[in-house]
Amino acid sequence: MTYLTAIIGHIGGTLLLLVRTLKHLPTLPRQFPRFIEQCYLIGYTSLPIVTILSFFIGSVLALQSGYSMENFGAKQFIGTLVGLTMARELGPVMVAILIAGRVGSAITAELASMKVYQEIDALTTMNIPPERMLVLPRLAAILVMMPVLAIIANLCGWYGGALVCQYTHSISVDSEAYFTALKAFMKPKDIIDGLVKAEVFGFVIITVCCYIGLNTRGGPREIGGSVTKAVVTSLILILVLDYFVTKALLFT
Amino acid sequence: MSSTYTASPFLGKTFGVTVTNVTKTFGKATVLKDVSLEVKPGEIFCIMGPSGSGKTVLLKHIAGLEQATTGEVRIGDFDAADPETRNKVHLALVFQAGALFNSLSVYDNLALYPREHRECNEAGIRERVMHALSILSLEKAANKFPSDLSGGMKKRVAIARALVMEPQLLLYDEPTSELDPVMSATLTEIIATLREQTAVTSVVVTHDRDLAFAIADRIAFVMDGRIRGVGRPADFKNPTDPVIANFLNPVIDLKNPRFKQLENSHE
Repeated sequence: MTYLTAIIGHIGGTLLLLVRTLKHLPTLPRQFPRFIEQCYLIGYTSLPIVTILSFFIGSVLALQSGYSMENFGAKQFIGTLVGLTMARELGPVMVAILIAGRVGSAITAELASMKVYQEIDALTTMNIPPERMLVLPRLAAILVMMPVLAIIANLCGWYGGALVCQYTHSISVDSEAYFTALKAFMKPKDIIDGLVKAEVFGFVIITVCCYIGLNTRGGPREIGGSVTKAVVTSLILILVLDYFVTKALLFT
Repeated sequence: MSSTYTASPFLGKTFGVTVTNVTKTFGKATVLKDVSLEVKPGEIFCIMGPSGSGKTVLLKHIAGLEQATTGEVRIGDFDAADPETRNKVHLALVFQAGALFNSLSVYDNLALYPREHRECNEAGIRERVMHALSILSLEKAANKFPSDLSGGMKKRVAIARALVMEPQLLLYDEPTSELDPVMSATLTEIIATLREQTAVTSVVVTHDRDLAFAIADRIAFVMDGRIRGVGRPADFKNPTDPVIANFLNPVIDLKNPRFKQLENSHE
């Protein structure tokens, strides 16, 4: 019962943080430098790892599906499979998992140490709401950067798959046939659905990580604990929400 | 301190503080027990007491960072726990460890408040920041980062940051802790001079006897979450209360050390 009460308390606290943050939305233009800084940290610095991982995810996907589909004589549809899987599922989910681990952990650690070392209290006594200065620019930045990263992940995954298909002897599907199949069954909605998912995941990552960071109590040990809690909670929510958002998007 | 300091015009009004029957519990622990006191406008009021007695928690109630379980704290006519009060009263708190923003330079730490509240243009902010830095002889540290500063300098920067806020109520949490005697004396002089020149109400939490007796108009002793006594420094020169007397003039007894008594009391 106490556990349930705590969960309800955390959900309420997170929603409250969100409401307080959105209340400061009109101040966003004033915070343009902070917004750009966060875009750089969330987007630009994550680019290399997103590129490399999604390239190899696309490659492995092509390799595995090529091996299986050959049995059915359906090798010509590898492009469709890789294209749709990357756009609808693996692109946004992999980017979200990477961002939760890389950016979510950094944000939680920064806010938690600010809380532990009384910088958040200092902001409060200076009548500067932490939600305005610390949460809003991060939330805006992730909502801008997640679709960008998801598109880049899709492209890298597609090209990774194409390269594997072209140069793996046992598959031997040339790039032209691969991309023809990819385009034939891919609708704009498939890509848009993936971007919507990426937005939802980004929103959840920032909200959860900021809430947990700002509510850290104790000392350096608790900062580590908060980071673990924020990343684990984000990952669980990403995968749980993935099911429900996918279901909702498939039937709209 | 720089001799060029002139009283700022910001202090049109300063506020007193009234604490009425405040009790604060954290889980099963009661940290403050029915605490009541009054700080008059313009005075330096020191809150003294041993470690863990609830002094800082009491200061956080005045700053609006904690809410009382029962009772209330008022700054002038305003409820300290109401976030709206911060729009009506310029309140500054100098934290024990400074609580400077590590990612910002000293200059930007000071400029943050006027920038965020859009109180003046960048030229005005610069003038205000450099003025506050000059008061505390910190001009050369403007471009340094908090990690480059000594403990004493961090505290001076924290006071300078408070001054930029043009406070009507100035709170200090252990301003001389972890400082050498000379730096402690310097900070004591700074607190006294600021009050003298700006008439700002100052509440100082400390267990530094020298500081309290040198500058306080009145002192309150907090022991085990309760107010044990309030009075002028002269009233405590020869305290009749044995607990306060023991706190102010502890006798070092190597044959019967205190920590042994504490050990026995836990058994």
